[in-house]
Amino acid sequence: MKVTQISLFLENRKGRLFDVCTLLGKNGINIRALNIAETDEFGILRMVVDKPDKALSVLKANHFVASVTDIVAVEVDDRPGGLANVLRIVTETGLNIEYMYGFVESRTDKALMVFRFENPDKALDVLQKNGVSVVGSSEVETL
Amino acid sequence: MDQVRYWNRERETIDRAALQALQLSCLKETVDRALSTSFYRNRLERAGIRGANDIRSLDDLNRIPFTTKDDLREAYPDRLCAVPRSEVVRLHTSSGTTGTPTVIYHTASDIHNWTELVARCIVAAGAGPQDVFQNMTTYGLFTGGLGLHYGAEQVGMLVIPASSGNTARQIRMMEDFGTTVVHATPSYLLHINSIILHEKIDRSRLMLRKGFLGAEPYSESTRKKIEEMLAIDVYNSYGLSEMNGPGVAFECVYKNGMHVWEDAYITEVLDQQTLRPVDDGAEGELVFTTLQRTATPLLRYRTRDLTAVCPGPCPCGRTHRRLDRIKGRTDDMLIINGANVFPSQIETVLMNVPEVGTNYRIVIDKKGDLDRLTVDVEIYSKMFTGDIRELDRLRGRITSDLKASLLIMPTVALHEPGSLPVSEGKAKRVFDNRPKL
Repeated sequence: MKVTQISLFLENRKGRLFDVCTLLGKNGINIRALNIAETDEFGILRMVVDKPDKALSVLKANHFVASVTDIVAVEVDDRPGGLANVLRIVTETGLNIEYMYGFVESRTDKALMVFRFENPDKALDVLQKNGVSVVGSSEVETL
Repeated sequence: MDQVRYWNRERETIDRAALQALQLSCLKETVDRALSTSFYRNRLERAGIRGANDIRSLDDLNRIPFTTKDDLREAYPDRLCAVPRSEVVRLHTSSGTTGTPTVIYHTASDIHNWTELVARCIVAAGAGPQDVFQNMTTYGLFTGGLGLHYGAEQVGMLVIPASSGNTARQIRMMEDFGTTVVHATPSYLLHINSIILHEKIDRSRLMLRKGFLGAEPYSESTRKKIEEMLAIDVYNSYGLSEMNGPGVAFECVYKNGMHVWEDAYITEVLDQQTLRPVDDGAEGELVFTTLQRTATPLLRYRTRDLTAVCPGPCPCGRTHRRLDRIKGRTDDMLIINGANVFPSQIETVLMNVPEVGTNYRIVIDKKGDLDRLTVDVEIYSKMFTGDIRELDRLRGRITSDLKASLLIMPTVALHEPGSLPVSEGKAKRVFDNRPKL
């Protein structure tokens, strides 16, 4: 039920993000969720795409520095306090979030969030036991 | 202009014939001392010099082979030490071209003689026991701090061993203790001046009247600028760790070139190609032979500094010749905020970091009045895990490794592979974007 996230090292150079998106677009790869963590000189672009294997090989073939990470995608009620409900479980069960971000799409009354947990396997287990709706990679790919 | 004063009138105004006789007898002693080191014995014997008697005139200097910085590295740590360890009272090291530093040992008499030379410099520049001296160069292995310190105490100045950095405290001490003379790099003094302006510090609270500036090249117009901005007299200072440190050559109150103490150093200026002496006024590489040093005698040491002897006598009466400003280097050494840095040192550090590739770029520019060193490296794709904290730690580790080797703080920037000059051939890696002097 874990989802593959692709991380890209991007130096702080004009047009670099444009290069990535152009390349993915030309290869028919759709970005589902995306986030950038940046410092003064470089950034890390994190994304969930519909075809992670293909995206990785295309990016590497074009000399991008890329790696994959397991993340957990969670459905959150799209209403005030929706995210808080999930975070309450996370806090009470002592799970540690390294970072999180939202999906581009939402479905009906649910919003999709991406979590990178310190221990993804444990997190998956705990969340499911607490009735949180976790979304698998096949669902992400067919959104 | 201040009145001409001497610390050691007899030596400073010695006539040239007597100076040359003194040089010859000291050179013989130095050659004998050098022959007692395993490093020099072989190479002097190969040149047919087995004892002081093989040196009959100063012209015999030509028979003595040169010594280079690489030689000092090869002799590291103690093959150039000419006295028993028990007689050594101090050592100073400086950066080598790779990871190995160079070391100079001193006996008590070496320190005494060095102090005497620095005292001459300070008095020649018109300072004396009435002055409060704030020494704003780094203390420790770097010779700039301790070298001036001992000489200034000898002269009887009130010495503030401020060392470098902490600008706010430097200015506070200038105000509180009535500092009259400072020793610094030109860029640091410019930086201090900009802080004084920025903080709107009342100039009338400062008693500054003189600055001794050295350790990095600067132009005559920079001297004028500093003199006007701070309302002080600026004197140019020259030294290098291999020749003790500061106190090799210094300007007198006429500020027309730096008197080099020729009773302590035989001074040659040699054509870069032929390595034959050039005429006064012509530019060449500065080569020194120590005449007084007992622990680490150095024969014909090639400084790689380019300069010229100023022709003619100086009105101050000193007979020791004057050196012009240092015009440049014959090697690729960089001078960054007064510290000597070789690109090969940086390369050596980077090659020991498995997470970065072999391509790199060294950029030097100005941030305000101070120099800034940026080292650009490429991260190695296979090592990338996507964790930003890991990259931050990597950057921190490279920064501290470089700091440990260079003794100055660089800025390290991580880049994507393929964005820096490739490692094959003679890639241009050093970009010195500082304004030309």
